[in-house]
Amino acid sequence: MGPGPLTLGNRNRELLYLGAVGVLTGLGFASVYIARQAVVSWGSLGYALFFFGLYIAAHIVTRIAVPDADPYLLPIAGLLTAVGVTEIYRLGNADAFKQGLWIVVGVGLFAATLLALRHDYRVLEQYKYLFGIAAIALLFLPRVPGLGETVNGARLWVKLGPIEFQPGEFSKIFLIVFLAAYLREKREVLAQGRLKDLGPLLLIWGATMLVLVSSNDLGSGLLYYGIFLAMLYVATARLWYVLVGAVLFLAGGYVAYDRIAHVRDRVTIWLHPWTTGKVYCPQTGGLALRQDCQSYQLVKSLYSIANGGFGGAGLGKGTFTTTDGHQLIPYVTSDFIYSALAQELGLVGVSALLLVFMLFVARGMKVALQADDGFSKLLAAGLTFGFALQTFIIVGGVLREIPLTGITLPFVSYGGSSVVANFLLLAGLLLVSDRANAER
Amino acid sequence: MNSQITKLSLVALLLLASLIVATTYWQAWAAPGLAAKQDNQIQRVAQFRIKRGLILASNGLVLATNVRRKVGGETLYFRRYPTHGLASQTVGYSTQGRSRAGIERSQNSYLTASNANLGTIFDKLGDTLKGTTITGNNVVLNLRPNAQKIAETALAGKCGAAVVLNPKTGQIYVMASSPGYDPNKIESNTGYASILHSPKACPGSVSPLYNRATQGLYPPGSTFKTVTAAAALDSGQVTPLSPFYDPGYCIEYGQKVSNAGNPEAPEAFGHVDFLQAYEHSINAVFCNVGMKLGAKKIIDQAKKFGFYSTPPVELPSGELAASGEYDFTKHSLFDDPGRADPGRLAFGQDKLLATPLQMALVAAAVANKGTIMEPHLVKAVRSPSGGTVLKVKPRVWRTAMKPSTAADLNTMMQAVVTGGTGTSAQIPGVLVAGKTGTAETGVDRVYDAWFIFFAPADDPVVAGAVVVEQSPDGFGGAVAAPIAKQLMQAILPPTSK
Repeated sequence: MGPGPLTLGNRNRELLYLGAVGVLTGLGFASVYIARQAVVSWGSLGYALFFFGLYIAAHIVTRIAVPDADPYLLPIAGLLTAVGVTEIYRLGNADAFKQGLWIVVGVGLFAATLLALRHDYRVLEQYKYLFGIAAIALLFLPRVPGLGETVNGARLWVKLGPIEFQPGEFSKIFLIVFLAAYLREKREVLAQGRLKDLGPLLLIWGATMLVLVSSNDLGSGLLYYGIFLAMLYVATARLWYVLVGAVLFLAGGYVAYDRIAHVRDRVTIWLHPWTTGKVYCPQTGGLALRQDCQSYQLVKSLYSIANGGFGGAGLGKGTFTTTDGHQLIPYVTSDFIYSALAQELGLVGVSALLLVFMLFVARGMKVALQADDGFSKLLAAGLTFGFALQTFIIVGGVLREIPLTGITLPFVSYGGSSVVANFLLLAGLLLVSDRANAER
Repeated sequence: MNSQITKLSLVALLLLASLIVATTYWQAWAAPGLAAKQDNQIQRVAQFRIKRGLILASNGLVLATNVRRKVGGETLYFRRYPTHGLASQTVGYSTQGRSRAGIERSQNSYLTASNANLGTIFDKLGDTLKGTTITGNNVVLNLRPNAQKIAETALAGKCGAAVVLNPKTGQIYVMASSPGYDPNKIESNTGYASILHSPKACPGSVSPLYNRATQGLYPPGSTFKTVTAAAALDSGQVTPLSPFYDPGYCIEYGQKVSNAGNPEAPEAFGHVDFLQAYEHSINAVFCNVGMKLGAKKIIDQAKKFGFYSTPPVELPSGELAASGEYDFTKHSLFDDPGRADPGRLAFGQDKLLATPLQMALVAAAVANKGTIMEPHLVKAVRSPSGGTVLKVKPRVWRTAMKPSTAADLNTMMQAVVTGGTGTSAQIPGVLVAGKTGTAETGVDRVYDAWFIFFAPADDPVVAGAVVVEQSPDGFGGAVAAPIAKQLMQAILPPTSK
């Protein structure tokens, strides 16, 4: 697939697509500027220029480190972060600036990873148990006294001086690396169904689930479970593993529903967000309509989505505050960024956005298909499926397809750890892709 | 492993594709239902970004305007009512928490420039493209502030209503309902409560938010004799000179139905003609006329005047009531003559209820030679730049009676003012026509006092109705007619002295 006289090489394609993304970002910021003249300054276009520069820098690193890697993945990630940061900027300038800084950190770590592992990332395989243990350790971090912070009923944050982050986001990637390495090694014996070999796997996985469920992080629990089953299936081709896993999940879910109030609440909110009569409201201890209490967020978010209609209100033209200045949807920039986008971009806009997510997944899976060795295949498939499943869990939750659990929308949501971790994920896919393409 | 990866890709892509389906469901299928939800504030907030059009009286006095406020970096427009309640129920209000009422509600699409008018669409498109605030159209009413003020002052401290209009064009000059309220207070909870619990002029009565002029249902009493007389004259069975004998009562269903006043010793007029019976409002004569005509003829005649329907005035349908015979237990209209008592119906009692607007239209019908014009509050709608979006033209609503009947009734109504029950409405130099009504309320010696009127009788330019609720010993001629006189004087050109 070398560059012919009339065909573009992978990196030149990437540059071309990045140019298109740069133009789109500029248009996005410009339309926010026009819609909200009174609030936003011309300086906002500086954001667009700055991001364009940042991605050009990332592109130069890919030229050096992964010259043969897939040309779509980086521009898609760029587009998604641009959509996210534009919407966050529209919702509040200060957050957009912070998000911008985190994107810089993410791109920095992305570059460092590519450069460090450009010769052979497969060295990671040797440290699989280290990754497995690190994954659990990271999940435990927020529980260390003096370090952890409880936000919104879940203890998921670590505070180090001025920097706050969610170690769970990194734990996910470490766990995928561990699973890829372990499953590559044991896939034949596992396929024969020797339970003994499942031991270390179940140990690390079980510990992970325990931490997640006990810290009320149900969204991540579902995500890890899904990634685990998917990678087990890819490694062993045994569908019954998946079936047993699904049965266990349903059983576990039922027990959790029965025993854990938090889980029960989520399901109730999902099934019956509106009530006509007043019901018990745990937040106040009194009686209230459920849409005014527990399902407030979900219901307000659905109103926002519905208000978008076919064409949307237009970037910068949506309604997110009441006439006395209160925020209509709490956590609109992180968990509910999709409902903000749905209102402003409409069905046309968010469908296009979801197609971009699908394109990323399709390219990621193609990388897995093209890879030559088992570790690379499992790594690429795991990372890509994790990306897809995370998108499904949060957007599906917001759309009431499944019970809502708060996790971030990859690349788009406000949240430093999420952005940085997703750039690591991107780096992983590019490394696998480069190796697969270079060998051809 | 590639076959598993391919299957996994399919699963991953299907999961994401399902999100597009779910989004389509919410944005296309469920959207109208969600937009209508009570706790959905988005639509309501969006309305506050629009600079609502002004509401103006006919002389340009601003009845509703906006104040600009910055909220969360956005410019929002909130309603302000500079007169603090002139024609409060008619103008209505537009608030975040309590929605809208009156003209604010019925003319909302003009006021927010969301009406489908070519000029408006282009103006709005221009505003949107330029990113400037959408400015609504101004609504100009026919209301005359000086007359409106006179009505509200005269009714202050009482419960009641007044409607004054031009019988030839249907333009409504006055629409007053007392007690009124200050619409600026509606939004706040304490303000709202203070309106609901404002001093009760009429104990047990409904709140000041209620537009008594169009929603208030009162027994019309003797003012309804005008309708009965129209039926009798139109039928040709009776002329103004037809002779009658009044013993002070009439006998219906074997019972005495007495004239007004002391039932023990009712006033008796003896030999009178039909004109005199109307002039002095003799119940006994009308009772007999009613029995002769039958309830059906009277109800049919009432329908010709607009009873049993709501007039096409520019108010929300929920703020308009139809007049007619009411089943008090079911709170519903009925027009089955078999259930009516023709003798009592003839002088406006029985189960008959009418709105002040309806009774004003009865007077207007006589004034305008039998033809009722559509009553209109709105004079015109103007774009923010001053162009005319809508100009309301006079239109015939109904033909109530023959012109000859109207001419006879005109003479009879003049007699009421010159020598009958309505002498307190006399204006020097002006031919005034009218009819009093003193409706029984069920409480002894407490009446709803009515007066319907028009002037000048030879070329009417003003017609109307005044009702004062629950007046102790309040006869229409004494309580309502003087208010009507003031209103006519306010509207009539100063040359006709």
